[in-house]
Amino acid sequence: MTGQTSDAWPLWEVFVRSRRGLSHSHAGSLHAPDAAMALRNARDLYTRRAEGVSIWVVPSTAITASSPDEKDPFFEPAADKPYRHPTFYEIPEGVKHL
Amino acid sequence: MSTPTPTAVGTATLALADDALVLAQRLGEWAADAPVLEEDVALTNIALDLLGQARTLLSLTGDEDELAYGREEHQFRNVQLVERPNGDFADTIARQLYFSVYQELLYTALAAADGQTAPLAAKAVKEVAYHRDHAEQWTLRLGDGTEESHRRMQRALDGLWRYTGELFAPLEGLGVELPALRAPWLERITAVVERATLTMPQGPDRTPWSAGAGRQGVHTEPFGKLLAEMQYLHRAHPGASW
Repeated sequence: MTGQTSDAWPLWEVFVRSRRGLSHSHAGSLHAPDAAMALRNARDLYTRRAEGVSIWVVPSTAITASSPDEKDPFFEPAADKPYRHPTFYEIPEGVKHL
Repeated sequence: MSTPTPTAVGTATLALADDALVLAQRLGEWAADAPVLEEDVALTNIALDLLGQARTLLSLTGDEDELAYGREEHQFRNVQLVERPNGDFADTIARQLYFSVYQELLYTALAAADGQTAPLAAKAVKEVAYHRDHAEQWTLRLGDGTEESHRRMQRALDGLWRYTGELFAPLEGLGVELPALRAPWLERITAVVERATLTMPQGPDRTPWSAGAGRQGVHTEPFGKLLAEMQYLHRAHPGASW
């Protein structure tokens, strides 16, 4: 019975913004019959220890993810280009908050 | 209204404490047993909110452990509604709807009344607003869901209706006129029930033998079993702790 119910309910991805966080971070996923219930379930599952001040829920099917097969063409080229990191510059004196 | 005696205030506070404690125990029975995992957590979260309220309220009247674990059935002052068995999910939701709407109105009034329960009520009213929202959301979905969920939700509302009258019986020492809460309660319940395409129960909201009985210490049969489960550890090992 439980299995059937869960199968019938779509999966949702939950994003939570923590008290001091600037952006929402992925917290996990859950099942819910609709968006309003997904938001409430997310509140109970992911913010009951005061983890967050804002929640987003997104249908898992709405997420387009990069595939593990494409990992090399996607990410490998970035590995050997350290000059893309801004570590070759000397920070002028007097520049604050950098 | 004359100034209530300290005893009356204590009895009224105990009644509120017992409502929260007994409903917490009932909802806790859903742990690992709810229709879905997400609901398991939602219901036990509500139970924990209520347990927290019960602890604060019990502490206002005496030793919380002694009061929770040491009293016998006839000494509990909770309304009979909260001790009713969980039944199916619709039964639990109907009980939640009736009680959380009442509790939200009650705590709002208590917070404004400036009695010893005002600080607790002011804090707990936010928790209860969520409990009410949870019950409303599910009432709408079950009522306006499938044919079977509609039938079960209607049966649950009808079955528990006769326990709702007791909620509004006057309670001496409370500092809030409970009968005055019935009109706004009825208005809110009716709005949700009608939105959920359900019908308001028609019968009397109390029976001759149950009117105000819980508040006098008269309880329904399933309450004995609930109490036995809640108290057996303390009775077997008095003073046991983690």
